[in-house]
Parts: sequence; structure tokens; C-alpha cells
Amino acid sequence: MSAVLLDHITKTYEEGKVIAADDVSLQVEAGELFGLIGPDGAGKTSLFRILTTLLLPDKGTAKVLGYDCNKEYREIRARIGYMPGRFSLYQDLTVKENLDFFATLFGSSIRENYDLIKDIYRQIEPFNNRRAGKLSGGMKQKLALCCALIHKPEVLFLDEPTTGVDAVSRKEFWEMLQQLKKQGITIVVSTPYMDEAVLCERIALMQAGKIMAIERPDTIISRFPDTLYAIKAKNIYGLLTELRKRKEIASCYPFGEYIHITLNAPASPEELEQALVRSGQEDVEIKKIRPTIEDSFIQLMNRANTEV
Amino acid sequence: MTDKVISCRELTKRFGDFYAVDKITFDVSKGEIFGFLGANGAGKTTAMRILCGLSFPTSGQATVAGYDVYTQQESIKKNIGYMSQKFSLYENLTVEENITFFGGVYGVPAATIKERSRQLISNLGLTNEAKKLVAGLPLGWKQKLAFSVAIFHEPKIVFLDEPTGGVDPVTRRQFWDMIYEAAANGITVFVTTHYMDEAEYCNRVTIMVDGKVEALDTPGNLKQQFNASSMDEVFYQLARRATRSAD
Repeated sequence: MSAVLLDHITKTYEEGKVIAADDVSLQVEAGELFGLIGPDGAGKTSLFRILTTLLLPDKGTAKVLGYDCNKEYREIRARIGYMPGRFSLYQDLTVKENLDFFATLFGSSIRENYDLIKDIYRQIEPFNNRRAGKLSGGMKQKLALCCALIHKPEVLFLDEPTTGVDAVSRKEFWEMLQQLKKQGITIVVSTPYMDEAVLCERIALMQAGKIMAIERPDTIISRFPDTLYAIKAKNIYGLLTELRKRKEIASCYPFGEYIHITLNAPASPEELEQALVRSGQEDVEIKKIRPTIEDSFIQLMNRANTEV
Repeated sequence: MTDKVISCRELTKRFGDFYAVDKITFDVSKGEIFGFLGANGAGKTTAMRILCGLSFPTSGQATVAGYDVYTQQESIKKNIGYMSQKFSLYENLTVEENITFFGGVYGVPAATIKERSRQLISNLGLTNEAKKLVAGLPLGWKQKLAFSVAIFHEPKIVFLDEPTGGVDPVTRRQFWDMIYEAAANGITVFVTTHYMDEAEYCNRVTIMVDGKVEALDTPGNLKQQFNASSMDEVFYQLARRATRSAD
């Protein structure tokens, strides 16, 4: 039995005008750390809300731990933890009051499951008497995670837990998730940050309500269909404008200090380099590289757009 | 000296005994893309609010577009554009109405608004959407429109506070094309971001830690200085030193 199952789920809003989920199917196995990767509007939150029994799909079947999301919501609610994208704890209760409240709701107590949350809780315990509304973003996030864990859920749903959080705190958060995974909790997490995708065991790349790929991150990368090159020159914006004009370039987009390109046959990187030098580009450097998840995402997005 | 559009000298903002911004000093030149990075709580927002004329500093000096942050806040506001991830246009006004409204707020003459608005809508490829409510546009388009509106009155500087948060990777890059274009037209771009690859697109990058400017240079020089292969590493090395955990 899969921990999470979506079978041909479709969800629309505004009488079918807005499609949030378009025939989505996926399975998450027990103990897996699974990522839903995609930008705002991809449909991630709608899937979370269906799985956490807060929203009914138009079509399809959703199950969590074998229970039907439409009919057996009581069973599901007792066994899952959910951290919504928007901070949803009581702002005018203190850290400890929030935690006590959520523990009591599930017939548990802080003491009973202290072990599960202690690594995270210890970091906010010094602020036990501070109101949740007065916490910093990083601390709010930790408190919300503690509250989602306090009843020892079997499946944890985290909707964009790292959005708007700085690079250092993001790293720390992912380390916490790896620890939780070791305790056997199934984790479904969403993020718009492509670099976080590789920290998941399997991911679904989502765009406009559809899943474009669902695999292990390195499998997705290995399926990148073309040879990818990184190129740079002294004047990077000048290089970009020049590349866009050239017929031998199949795709071309800025990527950090480099520009990533794929070539149309029969062009070769050596010929391109020479041509660019002739056209006045200085310090041209071109090298073959391994794609990242973001390259794959862009490639899949462009393919989907041309197919439409 | 005239090409310095932002100039800060030991700019400080204190709340009680907490130094949100602690003696920051830097200049930004005309047409520069200036990246302003820092962990949550480093003081970015406070510094930006001062530079936008929304908050008074406690001490130090700063001028923005040639105007003093203590005495000429209103002139600053007229000469800058501002856009954040959260800032949305009026969802229940149309594309055209939003442009007209914000153009009017910034005192652009009606005839100019009309002409520039038509051009802008066609440049953005929104001709068919011009009379539709902004609420119905996809997020990426909204952000592109919001940026265009922020520079509609041709400000000297545009402040962008995490403009690409949550946007898909293709649109994120199109957005940066618009930033490059604005900079090439002489608009200074002051931008914050959590995407470290975007730091590489900036001419120079500042990294704030605990209210202070801990690093300021071109991305290339910073990587050399910190012996790092990416800006992500540079940022991590610096931000990890922070002792402040506030937001």
C-alpha cells in the first residue's frame, strides 16, 4: 500500500475556468521523502489540500494510508501532519501554548512526543513565552513544524516550508527533514526552489496543473535529451544578445555567471567559439556540463509549450 | 560625482539598543544592477525603507537620486520606482487602468500616459488582455507588468524586493531580461533576492550580516576573495557567521 495515492485527480475553480490539477496521478511510498517541485500556480497547494481532506477534487481518487480522502477524512486527519504555506498558528498564543493546544487536539502532550520534536523544539524553547506573532520567520517555521509533528503523524505534508527563507535557514530546514525521515515518517514537501529538488528521493516536476516528470532527481537529469554547454564572455549581456541571433543555437538562457545553450546540428562548440571571437566577444569560455534539475525543468516546460 | 545615484555614509538605524542597520557605506552608480543580499534579519528591509524615503535613519548620511534621506523624502519618492514580490497591482482594475492609475499617481501627463501605455502593452504582448482584469493574469505576467508599472514614470532608480519569488524558471529569466534592458536605458536597479544564481547577474553585490555590509564587490571578485565556486558558497560562508536570529 502506498502512503499517498493520487489517481487521475482533476480540480478546477471558478466553474472550470481555472484548472489547478489536470489529471494528476502519483504514488508516494511509506517512508519516502517526496518533493512537488514547481512555481506558484503549478497546482501544488491544491494537491496538498485534497490530500489533507480540506478540498474535494472534481474527479479522481485520493488516498492517504489507504483511507479515502473524500469519505474517511477522520481517519486521515488523525494520522497526518500539515504545515500550510501560510503561517497558520495562533499569533496571540505563545510558543508553548500553541504547542500544547495542538498536542491536546490530538489527545497527546508535549511530553509524550518530546523525543520526536526535541531537536527542532530546543531551538525555540528559550522563547516559550513569546507570542507566535512576535517570532522571526525562521522561528515561526520551526514552531509550525513542531505543531505539525506533535501528535507523531505517519505522513507529514509541508507546503512550501522554505519559501521566502534565506539560504542558510533553508539548508538547516532540509537537514531537519532528513532527520525526520530517519524516524520513518513519510514526507511530502513542495518547493519552488529547483536546487532543493535533489534533496528529495523522488520528485514530481509540476507546471500549470500537470506533472511533467516524476522520477528520482538524477533519473530526470539523465533524460535531458541534448548536450548542454555553459558559455561565458567578458560582456555577458552582449554575449546573450549575440547568441539569440545565431542560427546554430537551439536554446539559450542565463544561468548564474554562465549562459546555458544547446546547439542545432551540425554546429560544434569549437566553431561557435571561433565565430563569437570573430564577432568581437572577448574572453569566451565554453564547456560541456551536466544539466541541473532547473535545466530539465526549463527543457520540459519549453517542450510542453511547443506541443500545445 | 554626478553618476552616483545612491550614496550612503555610515548609515545607521537603531531601535532601542538594537542596530538594525549598522554604519553601512556604499555608492551605487547610474545604470548599475546592484544586488543587495543578506539572511533574514540582516537589515536589508530596514535599509531599503530608508533609501525609499519611508523611514528616517538614526545617524549617518545618505542621498538617493541626489536627495537627502532626512529632509527630502518626498522628492526621493517621486524619483524612484518600487516593486516587491507581495506588491500586486489592483487586481480588480484592468491592465490599462492600473497603468493609467499609477502613471497618474506619479504625475505623468495624461497624453504621455496614453501613448506610453499603448507602447508598453504591445511590448509586453498584452494587447488582447489590456481591457481584462489583472486578477486573471498568470503570476509571471503580473510580475512583468508590475515591473513595467514601477518604471513607467522613468525613475532614476528602481528598488526590487525579491521580485522573482515563486516565479517559474523561464519567466524568472524573462524578468531578468527586463532588468538588463532597464539598466541599459540608464535606470539603476537595486535588487534583493534569495536566488543565488541571480546574484551572478548583478554588476556588484552587497552581502549584509547583522546590520553591517560584510562584502561588496563584483560576483567574480567575491568568489575569488572567498575561494568559492559559486555565490551560494560565498553567501553561506558569510551568513553563517551571523549571530542575530531575528527576522
